[in-house]
Amino acid sequence: MLKYTIKRILLMVPTLFGAAVLVFFLLRLIPGDVCELRIGGEGGYVDEDAIKVCQHDLGTDRPMIVQFGHFIGGFMVFDLGESMWTGKAVTHELGLRFQLSLQVAIMATIVAVVIAIPLGTISAIRQDTWLDYAVRTFSIAGIAIPSFWLGIMIILGLLISTAAMFGEPWMPPIEYVSPFEDPVSNFVQLIWPAVATGYRYSAVATRMTRSALLEVLREDYVRTARAKGLFEKIIINRHALKNSMLPVVTVIGIEFAFLMGGLVVTEQVFNLNGIGRLFVESVQNHDYTMTQALVMLVAVIFVVTNFVVDIFYAWLDPRIRYG
Amino acid sequence: MKQLPKLAMALGVGAAFTLGAVTSASAMSDKIKRGGILNLVVGSKIPSYDGHRETTFGMIHPIRPFYSLLIRVNPDNPQSTSDFSCDLCEFWRKSGDGKAYTFKIRENVQFHDGTPLTSADIVATMHKLFWPPKGIASSRKAFFGMVESVEASGKYEVVFKLKYATGGFIPALATPFNFVYSKKDLDERGYTWHMKNINGTGAYTFVQHQPGAFVEGKRYAKYHLMGADGKPKPYLDGYKAISAPKMALRLQAIRGDRAQIEFRAFPPKARDDLKKALGDKITVQESDWNCVMGFNSNQKLKKFQDVRIRQALTLGLDRWNGSKYLSKIAIVKTVGGTVFPNHELAATKAELVKLIGYGTDLKANQAKARKLLKAAGADGMKVELLNRAVDQPYKVVGTWMLGQWKKIGLKPNQIVLPTGPWYAKFRKKKDQEAMIDFNCQGVVNPLIDASKWLSNDVASNNYAGYIDRQLDKWYDQMNRTGDKAEARAIMRKYEKRIVNDKAHYAVSFWWYKINPYRSYVKGWKIAPSHYLNQSLDQLWLDK
Repeated sequence: MLKYTIKRILLMVPTLFGAAVLVFFLLRLIPGDVCELRIGGEGGYVDEDAIKVCQHDLGTDRPMIVQFGHFIGGFMVFDLGESMWTGKAVTHELGLRFQLSLQVAIMATIVAVVIAIPLGTISAIRQDTWLDYAVRTFSIAGIAIPSFWLGIMIILGLLISTAAMFGEPWMPPIEYVSPFEDPVSNFVQLIWPAVATGYRYSAVATRMTRSALLEVLREDYVRTARAKGLFEKIIINRHALKNSMLPVVTVIGIEFAFLMGGLVVTEQVFNLNGIGRLFVESVQNHDYTMTQALVMLVAVIFVVTNFVVDIFYAWLDPRIRYG
Repeated sequence: MKQLPKLAMALGVGAAFTLGAVTSASAMSDKIKRGGILNLVVGSKIPSYDGHRETTFGMIHPIRPFYSLLIRVNPDNPQSTSDFSCDLCEFWRKSGDGKAYTFKIRENVQFHDGTPLTSADIVATMHKLFWPPKGIASSRKAFFGMVESVEASGKYEVVFKLKYATGGFIPALATPFNFVYSKKDLDERGYTWHMKNINGTGAYTFVQHQPGAFVEGKRYAKYHLMGADGKPKPYLDGYKAISAPKMALRLQAIRGDRAQIEFRAFPPKARDDLKKALGDKITVQESDWNCVMGFNSNQKLKKFQDVRIRQALTLGLDRWNGSKYLSKIAIVKTVGGTVFPNHELAATKAELVKLIGYGTDLKANQAKARKLLKAAGADGMKVELLNRAVDQPYKVVGTWMLGQWKKIGLKPNQIVLPTGPWYAKFRKKKDQEAMIDFNCQGVVNPLIDASKWLSNDVASNNYAGYIDRQLDKWYDQMNRTGDKAEARAIMRKYEKRIVNDKAHYAVSFWWYKINPYRSYVKGWKIAPSHYLNQSLDQLWLDK
């Protein structure tokens, strides 16, 4: 197990270096300049000297290879530099957003797991009954409905229904409050995006749970368990469900990593100041340092999540670590 | 007591207009209430906090309330293009030849860190703005090419000496980006300190900025301006400028009372939706907007070097009818020339209709356009319009233009790019054919704003690639004359050459600013720019 773990850790290094090279050079292929946007982007008078000063301050007038060396050197000592747009430390900019994205990801995962595992299990053990069809319809709808659309509907639904009931429209807060400061406001704000994204996320996991469980339920050892007279509940919970969780865990892991940086549209809909929104804004602003840091952050999250999933896999299925 | 420069005063008499359709009762008739927090939503992002360097309303809306200016557009009469009032000064006077302005600076004004304000702070600020040292950016230094010197003539008196008398000086000085900084900060902390730090004399003191989320300010108890109730302003306890990039969210935030106002603008449909949902709980103010939208054709390309083709493109636009339809769906409305509508220097309708593309006989315009294209051997020509991937109003107007050009036999198509690549492409001034172009300014100051149409090697924001020394000459004459009639006559020639004789640029419409907000917000009056009237010292909540 230790050898397997070390091998997996070493594999992370070339993966992250590849991501760093790709993000650095691909970003610079996009036409545009952060200083031109800052100083002239609103259509007024453009001061060429101001643009040159800005480019010099940010180092974008230096040779590409020097900029790359600066980026890699900084990354190796965990110095992500300063945002080219705000001039503030990238770590400072990321701090609050990371906290928010992590919380939404955790809440959405809880929503998804709470929905997916019971529904997927019920659907499998009641295969081809009305219950199975109902669960499948529910989960297909979750995959089909974009979470941003669901988010918009949630907000509009809240505005319209509260106006009808109380005479004044109500919507969730649009500014983030830390759960340590005001847990109620925090929950009231984040539960809606968690439901909107958790529903789609649960749909994938429900279908995965169903199909994996159906496969396991057809295994010889399940038939043997039934033949020796074990209760169905014990067969499902102790023998079938655990073994069917391998692909479900993988899906949950990948989705979790995706949620950390991929809630771009949902964050816009609910005005969440998270990693996804920052990503979009950084690319729009040609803020190279921030975009590079975000890509590397998401790459690290993906690599670490995959690593954790692989280790979990190995724990669930001993054949993997010996293979 | 204050005095206005001769030209600006003269222009102001005729230019003052009342386009703002204010539906709320006047704030003066209400009994002012103190207290409360104003939540405003901002659709753009803050780069640095340094007003001298930045150009975006994303910085002005959250940061401007922390600072004061030497003079500002009168917050009680922002629709006027010539009504400026003292902020950090008590009054000013102009010399007989119009080449010197003396400002009496207020005493007992303190920066938020307790440092008293003196004329030295004004001088240091203006020097940074007008003549920044090497390596320091000042985005508006070109506005002040007329200034020869700025000197303190006493502890509370500053004299600006100009190279020539011009009506462009006072409006330029009132630019809302001209934050007054403390000399002590500039000397001890450096010229870049204000990019990340705030120390002003504005109505609010800085509390916190959560990156990407909000900026929070609280009432500055020692603010220098008095309120209508006889106590120091501001009336609010504080404000929170909440970042909300999506327009739909900003709209819902006002609807759900999470925010009370957005100071940029909403399209007509959003205004109607809010009014329909909330009725009297929403107040709407509307105004022409000091942003002109049009297109230019790249004269570095051979096909657009023929003036007949450029004239045909502008002739093909049915501006008068287009205005009726587009103003229902987009933030554009008024048909005009290169000067802000209704300004004394702007063309009247009678003058406008004589210019090509402004005639009211659409069929005649289109027939003439076809004839010109045929004569130039360009009938059925393909035209590529470069546009910005922003709906309001770029894509709406661009799509309308395409439809118009098809009617004169052209084969246009539209290339829509995100802001960064779009801007990079036309900044190169060589790849694009025709492009949607705009000129957005703060204080209405045609003498400065018109610099966009100077030759390509003079105006960095001229993206049509032409050299026209006649325009450069007229612009210079216009800025140096103290005579309003002469300035107007030159401006008329200048504009005619741009949009008619040479068709360097085709104006489509002026933007139209629509601000729906919660009716309990009082004391705010719409200005003809989203950069103006953002000090928030006169706002109060009737709650």
